[in-house]
This record gives sequence, C-alpha cells and structure tokens, in this order.
Amino acid sequence: METLERLLLAHPFLAGIDPAFGRLLVGCTRNLRFAPGQYLFREGGPADEFYLIREGRVALELHAPARPPIIIAALGAGELVGASWLVPPYRWGFDAKATTNTRAFGLDATCLREKCDADHHLGYEMMRRLLPVMVRRMQAARQQMLDVYGHTSA
Amino acid sequence: MSAAIAPSPADPMLPAPWRVRAVRRETADVATLDLVPLEGDAPRFAPGQFNMLYAFGIGEVPVSVSGDPADPTRFVHTVRAVGAVSTAIVAAAPGSVLGLRGPFGSAWPVDAAEGHDLLIVAGGLGLAPLRPAIYQVLAGSERFGRIAVLYGGRGPAELLFRDELAAWGARADVTVAVTVDHSDPSWHGHVGVVPALIKKMDFDPSNTMALLCGPEVMLRFTATALRGAGVAADHIFLSMERNMKCAIGLCGHCQFGADFVCKDGPVLPYDRIAARLAVREI
Ligand SMILES: Cc1cc2nc3c(=O)[nH]c(=O)nc-3n(C[C@H](O)[C@H](O)[C@H](O)COP(=O)(O)OP(=O)(O)OC[C@H]3O[C@@H](n4cnc5c(N)ncnc54)[C@H](O)[C@@H]3O)c2cc1C
Ligand code: FES
Repeated sequence: METLERLLLAHPFLAGIDPAFGRLLVGCTRNLRFAPGQYLFREGGPADEFYLIREGRVALELHAPARPPIIIAALGAGELVGASWLVPPYRWGFDAKATTNTRAFGLDATCLREKCDADHHLGYEMMRRLLPVMVRRMQAARQQMLDVYGHTSA
Repeated sequence: MSAAIAPSPADPMLPAPWRVRAVRRETADVATLDLVPLEGDAPRFAPGQFNMLYAFGIGEVPVSVSGDPADPTRFVHTVRAVGAVSTAIVAAAPGSVLGLRGPFGSAWPVDAAEGHDLLIVAGGLGLAPLRPAIYQVLAGSERFGRIAVLYGGRGPAELLFRDELAAWGARADVTVAVTVDHSDPSWHGHVGVVPALIKKMDFDPSNTMALLCGPEVMLRFTATALRGAGVAADHIFLSMERNMKCAIGLCGHCQFGADFVCKDGPVLPYDRIAARLAVREI
C-alpha cells in the first residue's frame, strides 16, 4: 500500500497534492495493466473508474455506423482518461483503447465521489486539477473542429 | 529573418526557364519537384526563402524552397494543388519546363538559434518551408541545445516526408513528435493538436527559439502555447503567407500591416506581428 501511495502521488496529475489527500485517494486506487488492443472502457458503459496513465498510450475512439472508428485523441504517460465519472448519469461517451502495453492507476469512481462529497477540500483539489485538463481538451477539440489543414489553408 | 540571399541581379521580374528533373508524389494532392536551371547554376538560397514559380500560360505563384541548402545544384519545391497555377505545377511532368524567379524573402534565423534549444513546429504543408532549416540544423546539431521537430497534420495520409520524419526520429540529437487531428485505428501515434505537443517537450523556455510554419490558425494557437510556456515573443518566428505578384516589394499585394510579406517576410518575428495576427481583416 505504501508503494502504491508513493507511486500515485508521483503521478503528474497529483503533483504537489497534500499527502493527507494522497492517503485518502490511495484507498480508491488499484494498479492496472492493459495489453495493446484492450479496452479500458466502452461507450455507454458505466463510468465507474477513472484512469491516470503511468506508461503507454490510450486512444479515445468514436464510432459511427458503417465507418471505421475515428481516434479523436491519444493520451500518454502522465495524462488522465475520462471525466464522465463526475457527471450523471456516469456513462462513458466514447471508447478508450490501449494501443501499446499500458500501465495505469484506476480510481474507483464511487469511492472517489464519496470521498470528495465527504471532504470538500479534497473535492475542490480534484476539481482544480481536473478543470484545466478538461478546458485544454475542449480547446483542442475546437481547434480540431476547424480542420485547419483543409484545402483552404497551408 | 537573417542572412537572406538576394535574387540574381538580372531583371528580378523575368522568370528563367527551369527543367523539372524529377517529381515525387507526396500525398493525393501534393508533389515535390526537383528543378534544375536550363542555363547557369542554381542560385544559393537560405532556408525559409521562396521562389516565384511560373506555369507557362497559366500564372505565377510563390512557393517556398523545401530542399537542402547545402545542395547547390537544384531547387526542390513541395506544392499542394489548390487552384489553377498550383495544380499545373503539381501536374508538371519530368522533363517539362517551368519559369522561376528568386529566391526572395527573409530566412529562418538558424544561425542566431545556435546555442539555444530549438523547437521547429510545422503544420500540414508547413513542414516543406521548414525542411531546409531542419537539414541545416541537423548538419550541425552539436551547435544547438535540445532540438525538437513537432509536426501536425489532418490525418496520417496527409503527412509529408514520413520516411524522413522516421529517419530524423531515429537520431539521438533530435526529438520528433508527429500528431494528427484524427485517424483510423491503424495509426498508433499522437492524436491531437500541435500546441498540445509543446507541453510534452523538454526545453528551457528562457533559452529557446521556435520556428513555426503552417496554417495561420495553427500558428496563432502554437505561438500562444509557446508564450504560455515562457518562450519570449522575439524568439518565436513564423512564416506568413499572403497573395503575391511582384515578390520584390513594389506592388503592395502582399501587404501585412506595416510589412510586405515578400520582402520583410515571409519569416517574421512574433513580437512584430502578434497584434496583427489577431485582427481578422489583415
Ligand atoms: C511565401 C509563400 C510561400 C508559399 N509556399 C508554398 C509551398 O511551399 N507550397 C505550396 O503548395 N504553397 C505555398 N504557398 C501558397 C501558394 O502560393 C498558393 O497555394 C498559390 O498561390 C495558389 O495559387 P493557385 O493559382 O493555384 O490557386 P488560387 O486560384 O489562387 O486559389 C485557389 C484556392 O486556394 C486558396 N489559396 C490561395 N492561396 C492560398 C495559400 N497561400 N494557401 C492555401 N490556400 C490558398 C484560395 O483561397 C482558393 O480557394 C506559399 C505562399 C507564400 C506567400
Ligand atoms: S508581392 Fe508585390 S510587394 Fe510583395
């Protein structure tokens, strides 16, 4: 447990967090491995865990009927996967698939939500860390939407 | 922005005939042409400069040089077919003749970047105007700090120079990161926008020079990300594109605020143009 706590606190997402919060979080955390091609989760499934990638690469895929899936983002070491665990009805909005051997921490969503509800300092700390990531991803998605490399630009 | 080389002193408005020696299809609508002069030697150029290429009877367009500045025998140009002239150039057969005048414009500050960490950031076709700078840098990489080439494209099929990117990526003296906006599952690399790659790079922002080329929107977001990371505005250089006619600072077609892109640019420092980039009509 002690090593898991040390490793968890070394993840960039939690850099500099109060060690007391680390102790709370580690109780919700498990160590995971995914083989290439293995899904962390599928669209529509229950968002009951969220992931901090330690090593490897995870592709976020969207599906449309009669078309190959589209990768909309690829995430690597130091990044987090998934925010749907925060937002009712707690269902994933896309697929997440490991494209290489991947190691990640899985944080149990119910456990985490309960701890954040019980300790608003922890809740605020988590939101403060999550929100910038979500905003950066939203901005990136907007840039992707512009299709800047299309035929009317360089 | 430095060490630009002036065009031949003969009439700079008069295209000289150049033979298409070889054509390489890069993507569905992009080709790279090797051009050799029918007479005389190829003039020297500095990375970042461009030539005016003339498809006889159709028209003339500015195109950056994409070849190695250390190769004095030819001009290499990488062109995307977007309209009448560029389509004619992309379709030019080996052996055919194009008109060429140049080289024109300012250059990437490669020499001034020595001793700095160097971020070379390209989007889409923007890798072509940066390739001469990459060749020059890699030929003397010991003179620079950490060197990174960041490249973004719409999808894997639209990426330029994939063999070369792989070869550069295999070198110990340069980090290469390629990202695409989206992809099918056969692509195992980065997916996301170029500015997001900057956060993943290891560089000293107080001693970094950045060279940027690509669509203007991507330039804006990338420059903002670099500023956010602490890179000084006067250490960020962008290659701008504007419509051109004379290419020698006479006609005013390429005016961009106080600058003529053909003469003062195309490579311009961000501190000089940041305010203009934010204005829609310029
Ligand atoms: C300094 C400089 C360097 C350049 N280097 C390169 C290069 O290395 N390779 C290359 O392929 N092109 C380059 N360009 C762009 C190239 O000059 C244009 O694509 C070309 O002028 C288009 O002419 P056209 O007659 O084929 O198309 P047009 O009939 O003029 O235009 C057809 C369509 O293309 C769009 N278009 C026009 N100009 C551009 C442009 N600059 N970028 C994107 N879309 C455009 C128009 O809006 C229109 O929709 C450069 C431009 C400048 C100013
Ligand atoms: S193209 Fe004529 S002034 Fe620049």
